[in-house]
Amino acid sequence: MTQQTASFINVGERTNVTGSAMFKRLILEGDFDTALDVARQQVENGAQIIDINMDEAMLDSEAAMVRFLNLIASEPDISRVPIMIDSSKWSIIEAGLKCVQGKAIVNSISLKEGEEAFLHQAKLVKRYGAATVVMAFDEKGQADTEDRKFEICERSYKVLTEKLNFPPEDIIFDPNIFAVATGIEEHNNYAVDFINATRRIKKHLPHAHISGGLSNVSFSFRGNNPVREAMHSVFLYHAIKAGMDMGIVNAGQLAVYDDIPAELKEAVEDVILNRRDDGTDRLLEMAPKYLGDGKEVVKATLEWREWPVNKRLEHALVKGITDFIEEDTEEARLQAEKPLHVIEGPLMDGMNVVGDLFGEGKMFLPQVVKSARVMKRAVAYLEPYIELEKDQSSSNGKILLATVKGDVHDIGKNIVGVVLQCNNFEIIDLGVMVSSEKILRTAREENVDMIGLSGLITPSLDEMVNVAKEMQRQGFDLPLLIGGATTSKAHTAVKIEQNYQHPVVYVPNASRAVGVCQRLITKENRAIYAAELAKEYDVVREQHARKQPRSKPVSLERARDNKFVPDFSQYQPSTPNQLGVQTIEADIATLREYIDWTPFFLTWSLAGKYPRILDDEVVGEEAKKLFVDANALLDRVIASGELKAKGVFGLFPANSQGEDVLIYTDESRQHVLKTAHHLRQQTLKPKGANYCLSDFVASVDSGVKDYMGAFAVTAGIGEDELAQVFLDELDDYNSIMSKAIADRLAEAFAEYMHQLVRKQHWGFAADEQLDNNELIREKYQGIRPAPGYAACPEHTEKQTIWELLDAEKHTGMQLTESFAMWPGASVSGWYFAHPDCRYFAVAQIQQDQLEDYAERKNWSLETAEKWLGPNLS
Amino acid sequence: MQHLTTLEQALRDRILILDGAMGTMIQRHKFEEQDYRGERFADWHTDIKGNNDLLVLSQPDVIFDIHSQYLEAGADIIETNTFNATTISMADYEMQSLAKEINIEAAKLAKKACEKYSTPDKPRFVAGVLGPTSRTASISPDVNDPGYRNVHFDELVEAYVEATHGLMDGGADIILIETIFDTLNAKAAAFAVEQVFDERQQRLPVMISGTITDASGRTLSGQTTEAFYYSMRHIQPISFGLNCALGPDLLRQYVKELSDAAECAVSAHPNAGLPNEFGEYDMEGEEMAEHIQEWAKSGLLNIVGGCCGTTPEHIKAIADAVANVAPRVPAKQDVKMRLSGLEPFVH
Repeated sequence: MTQQTASFINVGERTNVTGSAMFKRLILEGDFDTALDVARQQVENGAQIIDINMDEAMLDSEAAMVRFLNLIASEPDISRVPIMIDSSKWSIIEAGLKCVQGKAIVNSISLKEGEEAFLHQAKLVKRYGAATVVMAFDEKGQADTEDRKFEICERSYKVLTEKLNFPPEDIIFDPNIFAVATGIEEHNNYAVDFINATRRIKKHLPHAHISGGLSNVSFSFRGNNPVREAMHSVFLYHAIKAGMDMGIVNAGQLAVYDDIPAELKEAVEDVILNRRDDGTDRLLEMAPKYLGDGKEVVKATLEWREWPVNKRLEHALVKGITDFIEEDTEEARLQAEKPLHVIEGPLMDGMNVVGDLFGEGKMFLPQVVKSARVMKRAVAYLEPYIELEKDQSSSNGKILLATVKGDVHDIGKNIVGVVLQCNNFEIIDLGVMVSSEKILRTAREENVDMIGLSGLITPSLDEMVNVAKEMQRQGFDLPLLIGGATTSKAHTAVKIEQNYQHPVVYVPNASRAVGVCQRLITKENRAIYAAELAKEYDVVREQHARKQPRSKPVSLERARDNKFVPDFSQYQPSTPNQLGVQTIEADIATLREYIDWTPFFLTWSLAGKYPRILDDEVVGEEAKKLFVDANALLDRVIASGELKAKGVFGLFPANSQGEDVLIYTDESRQHVLKTAHHLRQQTLKPKGANYCLSDFVASVDSGVKDYMGAFAVTAGIGEDELAQVFLDELDDYNSIMSKAIADRLAEAFAEYMHQLVRKQHWGFAADEQLDNNELIREKYQGIRPAPGYAACPEHTEKQTIWELLDAEKHTGMQLTESFAMWPGASVSGWYFAHPDCRYFAVAQIQQDQLEDYAERKNWSLETAEKWLGPNLS
Repeated sequence: MQHLTTLEQALRDRILILDGAMGTMIQRHKFEEQDYRGERFADWHTDIKGNNDLLVLSQPDVIFDIHSQYLEAGADIIETNTFNATTISMADYEMQSLAKEINIEAAKLAKKACEKYSTPDKPRFVAGVLGPTSRTASISPDVNDPGYRNVHFDELVEAYVEATHGLMDGGADIILIETIFDTLNAKAAAFAVEQVFDERQQRLPVMISGTITDASGRTLSGQTTEAFYYSMRHIQPISFGLNCALGPDLLRQYVKELSDAAECAVSAHPNAGLPNEFGEYDMEGEEMAEHIQEWAKSGLLNIVGGCCGTTPEHIKAIADAVANVAPRVPAKQDVKMRLSGLEPFVH
């Protein structure tokens, strides 16, 4: 027989949107091919079971689960292992169970909603032929003490085996692993509670399994890997002895039990086993000693200073150390025949090492940007000498970069610029909101070798098409590079490439930019590459043309018949405490507490969920450094006031009329102040509704007095100036960091203001008690969709928000001709309060809705086509 | 429940004989379009030649006669002529509305035949057949879109619920989910069967029989025999087996694998060899019986019969060959969680 057995089963968790930022991004972007690679790697690396979770507010989670499981079914090297279908929603679990032919594990069910619901779900689990995780959770809540853990598991076990004849070997208990050593006395016994409960389950509930998520236990020591690893190892050692036989464990986060230094092991054991009252204090005291082996770093620092100068330059470049760069550069200059030779010799050699390491995935983006900072400083030091000798520096080639007209987002473009500079390309960066006329004029004047365009918002796609057409008309033959968050290979192939007969290349990220530019820079290579590209884009176009819409379109009329009808019988809309427009001030120190850090790391191409990313076996080290640097910059701007945040919101009487929401001047509801125009989903929804945001507001003829809100916030006042300060210091790293931080603060402000509105100003959730993690996971009532994103994709609606709030006057925020917000670090959107509100994606709409929308907006059909382009087929 | 106990008793006492191919026997009649139509479907708007299951309505005597021949040859269990009698498969003839009636009448016909041959020493049983349908829930029919499916679990459940009701209405003693090449289809069938048992407050023993499609040793949907067993074990079948696709020579190793794993009875109904160059199955009854006898003596079998190409002559030869051989003793497995993807995983 081929069966495998093992005493402890480790469940792979990389295909979980709540646990992996990278996987979440892939799924949100619909990049299922790469998402499948994640699953495949997991199995190749030895995962015996893979956990799949699609619980994400911005997703149609059920559809994503079904699609992913169906795709996995076609990949024998993935589907050979059993699947764990993971969701907090039963409907998603059930949809998943209908897609797997093997015997899967459900994760999870519990007595949380009472015995009846529990039995109903368990019966179905059995009928679908699956095993199940049962959480130690009942009507009263999640079990924390040993007795509660055991009692809930025992009760679950009894009802399952006695009432349903559920096979006990198919029950996996999760008795909840909680953090210890938090400083709160009641938490000190949590690990003991788990271990003892495990022992009792093993003894009294025969054949049942015990599982848990390990990383929780050491949560208070995040940032200190050696201590966390020791805690994991000690915890597992005891829990496995007690009977734990499954779990979600990051193998890279586990110390070898016998290798833990005796002193640390004893202190950790004191904490895990709660052996002494001062255990936490003692471990806290000892912890810094084990953090990152402080001694060795000092030694290394001294050591490399003894090396020959070329080696020192390389070391400084690879490690991003600026401290000695000028003296080392000077030393190299004195040794060299000409100053230029320092650049072409040791400095370029060092940068080549950086480029190679980056290409091999051994260095990460933040490190490369720091390397660039070192390089710039060295070159700046040499420049006066070079000019003195009238020497010409030779670069690989000259590249013009610009964020297109109407768009203000430039973090990605700046990163690409730095990475290319690292590889000896000369960069002419025209900044943001650059017209095609200026781009092409500069390209001629500077005699550049290629042009790179960037943009974040959807209208920028049209502007890129426009630049391509202009290049064709004016007879350019330079390669055109396309990048930025909304760009894609498909869009490039279908919409841009055909307008320009010379190479057009989609560059998916900064690390690809170097390879692309190197292939394009010589004429011979360019021709070969261009031919390859043309072929590739032909295939993409063919695929695009053949692509079946994922679900069938329906007429607007049919979609309207299936609109979402929220229940107003149970829910009385709350009257806001004050109607009208109000401004809110927020200091950066407050907003800092509301930051969702996970996307910040993604900006730097480090994928992983915060705080876990800090301990990631691959990128953890760099993530930690980046985090320290980000916080240092936050400290600086809080102290200096270089960044400021301003926000405004308004709450208004409102009622819906079809896809419009009528916003009234006052409670009399006689005069319409503004009308917000929304779009309705127009694909066949056999189960759910065809959503439109207007559905969430009571209709005009319902007689219900309903309300809605609008908001606009920025944390970018001063961001451009701050970024420039760093640029002037040749510090691209902190320049990019400033904007990345401002972006996060703006998002944090939106979160913060939404909370204030929910709890105080509108007050529909006055008793809400959520921590930042729960806020990030959007556990609250109500939504705040932003124009330009999935639920309201049409950008010009921001104008309505601006007029409603008089946003420019209150905050200084402006809209560009493409309706991008300036400063870049800004967020705006609508507030909806009904408890049944949810995020959704409008996705593709049909001709009938296009015409209807044009009429509602009083637009010509051409104008409507322009602004709704991304939602048309 | 009376039959469950007699069936269980019989299984303990001896190797039970399942009947042979229905299609092969129907072929002998060389029916033409008008024969399939009979009187009732003389004006049906589509071609219906080849709709063998319809014959329970248009040529009931012929089907009754085939059942009788198998019972005469020694079959303990005969299968209803309902391999394609689901709304999904009947759609090929636009006869979805007849699916339930076919199941009822097919079960009645088989029951009538069994009653004629049943004795207290040799009770006979009707196995109501749920076939795989013409579609697959875990394989995409579109090579360009591996995520696409042309049938969904819920649709299969709906079709199988109706068919199961029909079989039980007509008096089936056993439900046989057979020729499973996509386990997800079979899981839908098992789900439907459980639901019908719940609704009717009556349970029948369930037999499961899968199909190893080629020498790779896997089902069409990619599972190994053992993984397939773990996927379907939750329905607590009275027997688990393999049928079709392969002749006895090639099937043996997989029956052995199953025999080692299955805690219930093991069944096998292989084809009469592999088709020759004319598409005919030409392994004679004697030769087939030789193979089967060796399996039986090796302790692999509780239920045995024939699939494509087998006839009453084959069944007679097989019945004679195993008449004095003791039935297999079900495997005892440790109590463990037995999961599966395409491959088994035990913990």
